[in-house]
Order: sequence, then structure tokens, then C-alpha cells
Amino acid sequence: MKERLFYLLILSSILIALTSLLILLIDVVLDGYSSLSWDFLTNYASRKAEKSGILAPLAGTLWLVILTAFCTIPLGVSTALYLEEFAGTNILSKIIKINISNLAGVPSIIYGLLGLAFFTYFIGLGKSIIAGALTMTLLVLPIVIISAQESIRTVQPSLKEAAYALGATKWEVSKKIILPHSIGGIMSGIILAMSRAIGETAPILIISSLVFITTVPSSPLDRFTVLPLQIYTWASFPKDEFRAIASAGIIVLLVILMTMNSLAIYIRWKNQTDRY
Amino acid sequence: MMQQRNIRRRKTEEIIVVNLLKLSGLVSIGTTIGILYVLGSQSIPFFGTVSLKEFFTGLNWTPLFVPQEFGVMPLINGTFMVAIIAALVALIFGLGSAFFLSEYASRKVRSYVKPLLEILAGIPTVVYGYFALTFVTPIIQYIAPDTIIFNALSAGIVMGIMIIPMVSTLSEDAMSSVPRSLREAAYSLGAKKYQVALRIVFPSAISGIVASFILSISRAIGETMIVSLAAGGKPALTLNPLEAIQTITAYIVTVSQGETPQGSIEYQSIFAVGLLLFILTLIMNLIGRWVVYKYAQEYE
Repeated sequence: MKERLFYLLILSSILIALTSLLILLIDVVLDGYSSLSWDFLTNYASRKAEKSGILAPLAGTLWLVILTAFCTIPLGVSTALYLEEFAGTNILSKIIKINISNLAGVPSIIYGLLGLAFFTYFIGLGKSIIAGALTMTLLVLPIVIISAQESIRTVQPSLKEAAYALGATKWEVSKKIILPHSIGGIMSGIILAMSRAIGETAPILIISSLVFITTVPSSPLDRFTVLPLQIYTWASFPKDEFRAIASAGIIVLLVILMTMNSLAIYIRWKNQTDRY
Repeated sequence: MMQQRNIRRRKTEEIIVVNLLKLSGLVSIGTTIGILYVLGSQSIPFFGTVSLKEFFTGLNWTPLFVPQEFGVMPLINGTFMVAIIAALVALIFGLGSAFFLSEYASRKVRSYVKPLLEILAGIPTVVYGYFALTFVTPIIQYIAPDTIIFNALSAGIVMGIMIIPMVSTLSEDAMSSVPRSLREAAYSLGAKKYQVALRIVFPSAISGIVASFILSISRAIGETMIVSLAAGGKPALTLNPLEAIQTITAYIVTVSQGETPQGSIEYQSIFAVGLLLFILTLIMNLIGRWVVYKYAQEYE
């Protein structure tokens, strides 16, 4: 009897968790699907809900992701490579490792404050895409480093030893053995980090303020908005019409994120099946 | 001759690369220094104007009105109220899920359910904010008709749902590293499955579970978009979760939405409360990780 009760209790707690996911998705789709149209994707934001679209935030998100990836990939992968293959167990690598795990727990809004004071005002990049992308780089860097470290660690030692035995240097082993063999895991970590960057709202809000933008940015120094920020703006308007287009925006955002995450899972899966 | 030059070239390349890699490792240290410097350098002039005593003992937070008052207690009150509601929701459902996944689910069920649960953690927080405001709040208002639109409960519940996967994963890790021999000893004495789960696995994994609770509070304290959308913008010293409150993060957002001139006291104030937020989350993360670390030693 008690056995059954306990089982029911824990089964229902996991079912409630999964059901709330389902309800959330259904709620968003029901609210937003009627506002989805080709015009919604190609119009600019407007004072009228029915004429509003997400072209500017979509373009801003695209700019942001590309610039962030451009900065994050080399920095993240080389830090991981340094920690796993070059540093050994010296003091510096210990400090970096502890530091990275601490950074991973810092709230994203703090990165926004860092970006505002440092990139926007101190360096003078203003409320620009590049200021946002550099801030986002610092925010997602721990994710890329940690996942790249994990996949570098899975490279078989025998492969590396064979190369060393032939007289290869550490960098040659890294370049020709380690990176090609861990590229799948590294890639899926990068994609997950980028989907995190796409979904983050707070740091971008701090840096760019709430702006009404009706142009597609043409350079990294332009002002910008991103999809989650536009959703936030619309959701905070009290009128139902704006709630509807907010949820239409959410549908677009979730479709983008789910595509990216499935891609990451596929790459990881393909990588595992190829290896064995 | 040719070969010697080649070796020298390879050596130079090696040295350059090692230093470049080291440099990129230093970026992460630079980030931490940058955060501390930025928060500190803006907070110092702020605390030149507002005394620490006024900051921590004042009962009103009205930097955007006249007269300006800078008592941070209402913000701390709001922050912890939402965070504790969230952590409780996450603990109840996360712990239940962890028991299910660790003690009852077959491998196959686990391999389907875990990724589904992880989806919850991957949904952007602004989406949860929307969900809290447009779905959960109306339900709360239906049950308690006096509730106003912006309230701490709705934000707390939805934030809790978001953190379930974190609690579940950390607790499940703790539970599955409880040695089999302990479970089998209990079974051999005639214990039932739920007794093993509650009396053997739960106490043995308690430090991991405690750690997951602390880490989830820390996560909830730093959450921004859900509270900005659903919990309101009115700093209040209240323990009633059905009232509007303001959290530290929501205050930072409110100030940032407008174009606050750099160097003004309002601008400095977001860094001062940011520093407070940073210290709070850092302490909790350190305690949480220390508990996990201690517990990992127990069964080695």
C-alpha cells in the first residue's frame, strides 16, 4: 500500500514537470499561431499590433550570433586545448579551472552590467551589436570551454602516443590528432552555447535599452534589438493583440532553438556511432 | 641544413602557439577581474553618497522618485521570496523526479524522460515570463480573486518549474552514486523498495540534495526576465506572495529600460545592487559546490 503510494507520488511529480512543459508549449502555440504569417517575418515593429513584424529583431539576432560565434569559437577551443593538453597541473591552469566554474554560476544580468560599463562606455562601442556580441561571448565562453574540454578528454591516448612516438610536437598532435577527433563534441557544445546566446534577454536589455528599431542593422556598430527582447517588449504591453504577437515571436524563437538543439544532438550521436 | 631549419621553424611555431593558447585562457580570468572592477568602481561613488547603514537598514527603495531613498531591504525581501518559492517547487518536483529516475525507471524510460526534462532547462526565460503572466497568473486570480496581476507567487512557481531539471539531475547523481551494497543490505533485511528509497538512498544522498537546493536558490536569485514580466516593479517589504514585489534583477532592468545617464546616482545604484547580487550568488555557489565536493569524498 505504502509502496504504491510512494510510487504514485514520485511518478506524478515527474508527470507534472513534463505536463507543464506540454502546457507551456500548447499555451504559446494557441496564443500565437494565428498571428504567424510571412508578413510577420518580414515586417518591422509597428505601433499597431496587426502590422508588426520581427524583421529587425531577427536580423539583430542573426548578427549577434555570428559575431558571438566568431569570438567564442577560437577563444573557447584554445582555452580548452591549453587546459587539457598544454598546461598540465600548474597553478595557472588550476586558477583558470576554478575561475571558469565560478563564472558559469554568475547571473547573466551581471554580464550585462560588465558589458554596459566596459564595452559600451569605457571602450566606447556604444549600444552596438558588437558590444552585445562581446558581452555574450564572455557569457557563453564557460559553456564552450567545459564541453570542449570534455570532448578533448575522450580522444584515445593511444592515438596521441602514436603521434608523439613519431616525433610530433604538442601543437602538431593537437592540430592533426586531437582536434579532428574531438570536433564533433566541440561543435555540439558550440551550437548549444549559441542557442543559449540566442535565448538570453537580460544582458542585451541592459546594454541596448528598450529601443524601437525599424531598420536592419548594416554594421556591427549599429544599434540593434534581438528576438527575445522584442518578445519581452510586446509581452509587457497590457493589450491582448500585443500578447498574441509576443507569442508568435516565441514560436519563431522556439523553432530556431529546437532546430539548433536537434542539430547538436545529431552531431553528437553521429560522432559516437562513427567512432565505434 | 634544410632539416635543421625545419626543426627551428617547428619550435618557434610551438612557442607562439603555447603563448596564444595561454593568452586565451587568461581571458576568463580577465572576465572575473572585469566584473569585480566594474561593480566595485561604480559602487564606491554610490556608497560615498549613500551610507552602508542607510543601504542595509533603510526600509524604502525609491531611487526613481523624489525623495530618493536607498534602503535595499525591500529588494532583498522580494528577491528571496521569489527564490524560496521557486526553490521549494523545484525541490518537491525535482526530488520526486530524481527518485523516479534513479530508483524506479528502467534504463529505457530514463533515456527518453531525461532529455525531455532537459528541454525545460533550455527554454529561454523570457518565454517562462510570458507563461507566468498569461497562464499561471490568471489561474491564481481564479483561485484567489483579490490577487493583482503582478505577484511573487506566479513568478516563483514558474521559475521553480524551470529549475526542476537542475535539482533532478544533481539529486539523481547523488542518489545513483549511493553504493549498491547499501541497498542490497537493506533488501536482505526484508526492506521494501520505498523503504530503501526513503531510509537508505535519501539519507545517504542528503548532502547532494541539500547542495542542489542551495544551487537552485542561487540560480533563482539571479533570474531576471520572469520576475521582470510577472512579479511587478514595486519594491515592498511584505511576506504575502500574492502582492507585487521587486527583485534586485528586476530593479536593474527597470533602470536599464530607459536611457539613464552614465554617472548619475541611478546609474551607480544598479552596480551597487549588482555587487550585492554577485556576492550573494557567489557565496551560495561556493557553499553548494563545497557540499557536493565533501559528499563526493564520502564513498571513495
